[in-house]
Amino acid sequence: MEKTKISGKILLQVYQTMLKIRLTEEKIADLVKEGEIKTPCHLYIGQEAVAAAVCANLKREDFVFSTHRSHGHYLAKGGDLKGLFAEVYCKATGCSGGRGGSMHISSPENGFPGSTAIVAGTIPLAVGAALGFQLKKQKNIAVTFFGDGATNEGIFYEALNFAALKKLPVLFVCENNLYSTHMPVSECLSDTRIYQKAQAFNMPAKRIDGNNAIQVYETSKQFIEDARKGCGPAFIECMTYRWRGHVGPNFDIEKGLRSKEELDGWIDKCAIKRLEKLMFGKKFLNKQKKEVIMQELNKEIEKAVAFAKQSPYPDKKELLKGVFKD
Amino acid sequence: MRKITYREAINEALYQLLEDKKTVLIGQGVTSPWYAGGTTVGLLKRFGQKRVIDTPVSESAITGVTLGSSLTGSRPILMHPRMDFMFYALDQIANHAANWHYMFQKLSMPVVFWSIINRGGEQGAQHSQALQSIFAHFPGLKVVMPSTPHDAKGLLIAAAQDNNPVMFIDERWLYDIKGEVPKKKYIVKIGKAAIRKKGKDLTIIATSYMVQEAMKAAEKLSKENIHAEVIDLRSIKPFDEETLVKSVKKTGRLVIADGGWKTFGISAEISASIQEQTFSYLKSKVERVALPDIPAPASCVLEKAYYPTEKNIVAAAKKTMLGKERRA
Repeated sequence: MEKTKISGKILLQVYQTMLKIRLTEEKIADLVKEGEIKTPCHLYIGQEAVAAAVCANLKREDFVFSTHRSHGHYLAKGGDLKGLFAEVYCKATGCSGGRGGSMHISSPENGFPGSTAIVAGTIPLAVGAALGFQLKKQKNIAVTFFGDGATNEGIFYEALNFAALKKLPVLFVCENNLYSTHMPVSECLSDTRIYQKAQAFNMPAKRIDGNNAIQVYETSKQFIEDARKGCGPAFIECMTYRWRGHVGPNFDIEKGLRSKEELDGWIDKCAIKRLEKLMFGKKFLNKQKKEVIMQELNKEIEKAVAFAKQSPYPDKKELLKGVFKD
Repeated sequence: MRKITYREAINEALYQLLEDKKTVLIGQGVTSPWYAGGTTVGLLKRFGQKRVIDTPVSESAITGVTLGSSLTGSRPILMHPRMDFMFYALDQIANHAANWHYMFQKLSMPVVFWSIINRGGEQGAQHSQALQSIFAHFPGLKVVMPSTPHDAKGLLIAAAQDNNPVMFIDERWLYDIKGEVPKKKYIVKIGKAAIRKKGKDLTIIATSYMVQEAMKAAEKLSKENIHAEVIDLRSIKPFDEETLVKSVKKTGRLVIADGGWKTFGISAEISASIQEQTFSYLKSKVERVALPDIPAPASCVLEKAYYPTEKNIVAAAKKTMLGKERRA
């Protein structure tokens, strides 16, 4: 059995968040297949441990920035489920008022100022938020989640350098899910040991198993505590895998982009199952309790879907409004 | 009133803005005594390196850093010492800053992108560009171009106080110009043009440095009994349609002088917009004075041919005056 000193309370929180993300994304996948949801959805299934375990170390006032694949981070940071479903339905009640769609969700009241679809685009935003916190002498930190593909962008390197140069309280979390859209990471990077790129900028960086929630929690906890103390930025490369294709509910096997064996191998390494096993062993969780959690989450999701469906679309009269803030 | 240079007016605006602890000045060379044309002199000493932040040459990330910082309540002024390098920053400005409020309907990114046009002196194609039309193209971005010391100070303060991203574009050719500038902190409202000279025969709308050339042109024209009304656009986006339309309805003739490229440029947009509203008042076709559709050359001989001056404006103005009036 795996060992951990993390309390049952925290593990349960991480587990519930992971499950909430999984069930939400599965539901969204179904709704996309049914043609109910049309906005392009980049699903997070398979990577849940990263968002859930990192964000379990954060305070509400800490900032999280994310990408086109952001539903998991939004939920892990406390984003409202109804607001998420309404947004992927592009309804007026969505968290971005139906202006954003799946790739542009936000919950500033929970320290999630916005996710954007330009690869690596939010990395400097997190560095800037960290600069803002430092200027105000606040103990908050900023976390930026991004994929392996983002490390091919020039702005990634510029942002890492500046963060390290100014010792800013920012945690870089690279979710290396082995594919940059259709391309295997080995066809994109001359050196696939991404964490070593961060080490070159003179900051602590580790490669860990992104499907091991315990490891993600403990590693990020240490780095986040250090960043709060003024030790500067740190970098985690989480090795993980997205079960679905780059975008939409399909698995990309039919397109010949990857093999069924590879996918099945990663499904066997499901982070939720792994954590569940540990929690059962430690008696933090049992079948009955799990059943109750599942039921409650499913109920919450059904409610959120119903809310989204019933909600009105944005009024056409609103089209020209809100380009600028008053 | 006391007179100070355009350079000093910017410096004074920065001093007054930095008195507010939320304001940070960040950019390549803000602590250098010569880099930003002397506009940032003394700021480091007064406000310290926490709030006057010099940066590596990382235009893209540094621009993003100011945006992220603005989300925490900071009010960054980002200085780009040479506009040509801002193509590196374009994604952060266009995709992030300009879209942020519309995409999310909550937060905005109130950052001033202070961008300096620095040309002439045989600097060539990559050290000469005036890119106002590119930035004016994006919804969600305001663009201002002051032509006087008074407006440089007032518009910089207005830009810094705006709740949205604002592109503040100045021009090194204006830095030595002197003008009356109040000592107090004041704003020049974004979106308002200024009539620099009244006239009845034709309207000259000019931007930034071209206002200087337009004033000289108007002077020459008046000696030939042609009375031009000179309007300083000041705010490129949003621009002051009301003032522009009113003037053109009065004069029936329009010359637009802009220091950027003519093709798909500011002069094209102003021309189209104004004729849409004044078509029946126009006595001649609209004339434009702007850069030809070529990169900036280096050789001073070619430079001289490249950059339009008062002469081009005078010639354009006379063209609008030629022949019979189209309508009585």
